[in-house]
Amino acid sequence: MEFFERFAVPHPSFAIYASMVGIALTSLAIVVGLTYFKKWGYLWREWITTVDHKRIGIMYILAALIMLLRGLVDAVMLRAQLAIPDNTILDSQHYNEVFSAHGVIMIMFMAMPFLFGLMNIVTPLQIGARDVAFPRLNAISFWLFFMGAMLFNIAFVVGGAPDAGWTSYFPLASEEFSPSVGTNYYMMSLQLSGLGTLMTGINFLTTIFRMRAPGLKLMQLPMFTWAMLVTNVLIIAVFPLFAVALAFGAMDRMFGTQFFTIGNGGMDMMWANLFWVWGHPEVYILILPAFGIYSEIISTFARRNLYGYKSMVASMVAITILSLVVWAHHFYTMGQGVLANSIFSIATMAIAVPTGIKIFNWLATLRKGKIEFTTPMLWSLAFIPTFLIGGVTGVMLAMASADFQYHNTMFLVAHFHYTIIPGVVYAFIAGLIYWWPKMFGFMLNEKIGKVSFWLVAIFFNVTFFPMFITGLDGQARRMYTYSEETGFGPLNLIASIGAIGLALGFIVLAYNIYWSTRYMPRNIGSDPWNARSLEWSIPSPVPVYNFATLPHVKSSQAFWDAKTKGHNLFPDKVEEIHMPNNSGVPFIMCVIFFIGAFSLIFDMIPLAIASLIGVFACMAYRSFEANHDHGYHIHVKEIEETEERLRGANK
Amino acid sequence: MKMKWTLLALIFAVATALTGCENPLAVFDPKGPQAATLSDTIILTIWIMLAICVVVTVAFIYMLVKYRASKQSKDYEPPHIEGSAVVETIWTAIPIIIVAFLSVVTVVSLKDVEATPKGYENKEPLVIYASSSNWKWHFSYPEENIETVNYVYVPTDRPLEFKLYSYGPISSFWIPQLGGQKYAMADMVTTLHLLADEPGEMWGRNSNFSGKGSAHQLFDVQAVSPAEFEEWVEEAKAKSEPLTEEKFDELLKTEHVGRQTFTGTHLEFSPAPEGSHNMDDMENKEDMEDMEDMNHDMDHK
Amino acid sequence: MKIDNSLPLEYSTEENRLKILGFWIFLAAEIALFATLFATYFAYQGRTGNGPGTEIFEITPVLINTFALLTSSFTIGLAVNAMRLGNKKAMLTFLGLTLALGLVFLGVEIKEFFTFVHEGATIQTSGYLSILFSTLGTHGAHVSLGFFWGLFIIIQVSKYGLTPHTANKAFIFSLYWHFLDVVWIFIFSFVYLKGMM
Repeated sequence: MEFFERFAVPHPSFAIYASMVGIALTSLAIVVGLTYFKKWGYLWREWITTVDHKRIGIMYILAALIMLLRGLVDAVMLRAQLAIPDNTILDSQHYNEVFSAHGVIMIMFMAMPFLFGLMNIVTPLQIGARDVAFPRLNAISFWLFFMGAMLFNIAFVVGGAPDAGWTSYFPLASEEFSPSVGTNYYMMSLQLSGLGTLMTGINFLTTIFRMRAPGLKLMQLPMFTWAMLVTNVLIIAVFPLFAVALAFGAMDRMFGTQFFTIGNGGMDMMWANLFWVWGHPEVYILILPAFGIYSEIISTFARRNLYGYKSMVASMVAITILSLVVWAHHFYTMGQGVLANSIFSIATMAIAVPTGIKIFNWLATLRKGKIEFTTPMLWSLAFIPTFLIGGVTGVMLAMASADFQYHNTMFLVAHFHYTIIPGVVYAFIAGLIYWWPKMFGFMLNEKIGKVSFWLVAIFFNVTFFPMFITGLDGQARRMYTYSEETGFGPLNLIASIGAIGLALGFIVLAYNIYWSTRYMPRNIGSDPWNARSLEWSIPSPVPVYNFATLPHVKSSQAFWDAKTKGHNLFPDKVEEIHMPNNSGVPFIMCVIFFIGAFSLIFDMIPLAIASLIGVFACMAYRSFEANHDHGYHIHVKEIEETEERLRGANK
Repeated sequence: MKMKWTLLALIFAVATALTGCENPLAVFDPKGPQAATLSDTIILTIWIMLAICVVVTVAFIYMLVKYRASKQSKDYEPPHIEGSAVVETIWTAIPIIIVAFLSVVTVVSLKDVEATPKGYENKEPLVIYASSSNWKWHFSYPEENIETVNYVYVPTDRPLEFKLYSYGPISSFWIPQLGGQKYAMADMVTTLHLLADEPGEMWGRNSNFSGKGSAHQLFDVQAVSPAEFEEWVEEAKAKSEPLTEEKFDELLKTEHVGRQTFTGTHLEFSPAPEGSHNMDDMENKEDMEDMEDMNHDMDHK
Repeated sequence: MKIDNSLPLEYSTEENRLKILGFWIFLAAEIALFATLFATYFAYQGRTGNGPGTEIFEITPVLINTFALLTSSFTIGLAVNAMRLGNKKAMLTFLGLTLALGLVFLGVEIKEFFTFVHEGATIQTSGYLSILFSTLGTHGAHVSLGFFWGLFIIIQVSKYGLTPHTANKAFIFSLYWHFLDVVWIFIFSFVYLKGMM
């Protein structure tokens, strides 16, 4: 019995028991459903073992949408608790667990996979490649992320959820002040998904450098692919650092090392430094792809080429570099003195310059255009004024002196939601709607899409604008309650009402996916938006080999020029195509990773060692297998038939 | 487009509310020169940011209204424009100028709030050690030899030097009406310069999440005239019990307590981690000397 | 699979070229990893709490290790050279020699760790020792992994001969091994020499 006690939740409540039942029932329903409809084989052959970048991308996005739902439920719970003074819906411990989960899930398990999903689907298509450089590594990346996400999500029903915030500052996160296994979950699940992220970075950088279509130069890449390039450079620069920080944190908690302890030479602020040296670039890892998506969509629906291509690239590179040297602005209040704070202030404000250039370039792209208000365009347009507020408040926060009054307040919370929701979430939704026909061969309904857009765009402001004001009135963030006499009540109530509207907007978005899957027409052609880049030159949905013959590229908007100037994009003859085999090893290996991480969390060292050996065994197996696993070939006849069928249906 | 106008109107309404005097927000209701500096800085930046927002939003709406597809003829083909070095340089330069100006503002105001307030340099500052423990604030007045918990009395028109540290997780010491916040940490002491220039009651808090009880880690600040402050010190000395080590340890373990007053401070038996790094180094040197001695001994044997 | 015979075997297919570039990018990530460890190490210098500091270092094992690893970097260079000349036997011999030297390194390092622990310097003693053991341990773990990786390559080369596939693996392994050598030079200079001065 003693062995099993560790898996009990230390601070249970009705909601947690209800979730346990819910999770059990859902799992059961999935198992029964798969068995009843005889879909196990299909699931294994077509999805779990796939190495196709498009399918992996779809799985990433599906996971991201589910995590978005989870994060949204957390957010609604937080807002419910703060709606009125001295509320008792959540107690302190649960509130702390919920806001920690909200932060980690939204950033690491919603935004990151959403980014990887779009990156996976779009990047190879935009550069005219048949797949990524290392398709099997790509599958490992996905499954590592997935296992990390699952690990994090079982925390609140097995052993207890992390409760030290998404930043997990030491010494609060140490064994002494957070004795439950929650923070172990944080360390291990982020380690797993972080490893997957790093592999993705290596994979896509190699892909973009070496697998571009004939004639496609770096300075002709579509802006989205450029964004992916700099994003992956950032990933490679900072994710190893995060891995180190997480390992230190985990070792402090599990093996009694003294990295972030009080006394014995430990340095608690070292965690904050390491965390933000990774953490600040991390937010740019999220926002740079978003900038890429906006560039594609705004240019497509303004029916114009992107204004200032070169300065767009230069500003992204500048942001990338600057993002590495501003981390200390997250703790101006640590007392590092006037000089250090001044330097970090100025470096931080300097980011406003390249960002400003981008905004002006987008405005100039709209100028003399022929603007069509499709749903992806609406999301992209709403981004500009809303993100602007996030940006200018960012400059305000960058000023170290004034930050002494904003730090740790709702003003900060309002600011980063104003950057990350219009900046990242709007972009990913816009990208999802924009590339949806390429993924699935039908479009999402525009009318329902517009309803969800307006709900989100309006209620986002209702939710977060009041927080600027309560922050300036002294409402500290991450506090589970406040008293009546503080006077924060009315504005918090408005924010909470806004949260309901916001949630409603996302529900309508989900409904749109359901409705469109059932009722939208399937014969949409390969280029439903009249777009400009290479992915629109091939059938929707994309055949497994992507391009029957590789495109020959002469400009930064190859497909548009082919359409308007009559270039022949595909002069080559169809030849046999070599494709990689599917494999179950990535999935099995990541399941073993999961078991290993889980056993470390609960201090079951023998099982952890066994898992490590299992992982190495998988790698060794692959090492030998690769000598005679040469993939398979698609024959010319088959390609011609497929092309005829897909393109024929579109005529 | 209605949304954007609503938004703009909202911003204006808020700006008026912020600067208006009826029921000012804590940050805009300074009771001392440091907070006043910060309040002025923030209001200045809000106006600049508002101007930027208005200009960009107007340009944005102009583009949307003028160049929307429904307004143009069907055969209008948008032109291909690569960009313009001149135009792009201009809109690189404008943010640079704004950022440069704000950098100057930052450095100047930062210097001001990180030092004894101007005009009070020759007054002797009152040193108060403020330490955070789960989830209380202890205020030690070494000179006056008294200690309070969860409330602090300060004299007006005298520079205050709060020495901050923590027994455990990082906390942030913040009295918005007197000035900005600063971290209290376990292995070092940080100094916060404040000053109250009018008497009154204010609240202060730990604004940094530090665990289960941090929402309730609040304290009262009472700014009184120097004479009244002396009176309060005398009274506290006369009426309170002495702070013993046992009592203090017990206090550290208690999660929440009300206001308390003691004579004597805990600094005597549980000193602040000031310059502890130097002490570490000294210990090292001693250790190393010991080691060397041992080596010598071993050599001799 | 198109084989370009004008290039060395390990570069001869597109897949091979991708793998080599990918591995260089991986090494960039490794540089970031070790840079973090070194930066942290410098930050914790002198933060020894009540435990011992750099006085636990001994020069002899460090010199043996440096010699072993530098020589192994040379022998793996010879192995790649032999591979380019198509001399399978020489290549396998040099690879074997490389791994043997790696084993010497690991043996000495493990013994060194035991000595440290014996002197009361464990990973739990102080912040400084935590990062010292982590930095050395991370490098040591890389060498251990490299040992098994090298072993598999020896087996595969002897089993399948020098194919574009096995040559590619061996070449990438040599990059990895050289990298570990470079990291060791940094550890030798900035951890040991600096500590003993």
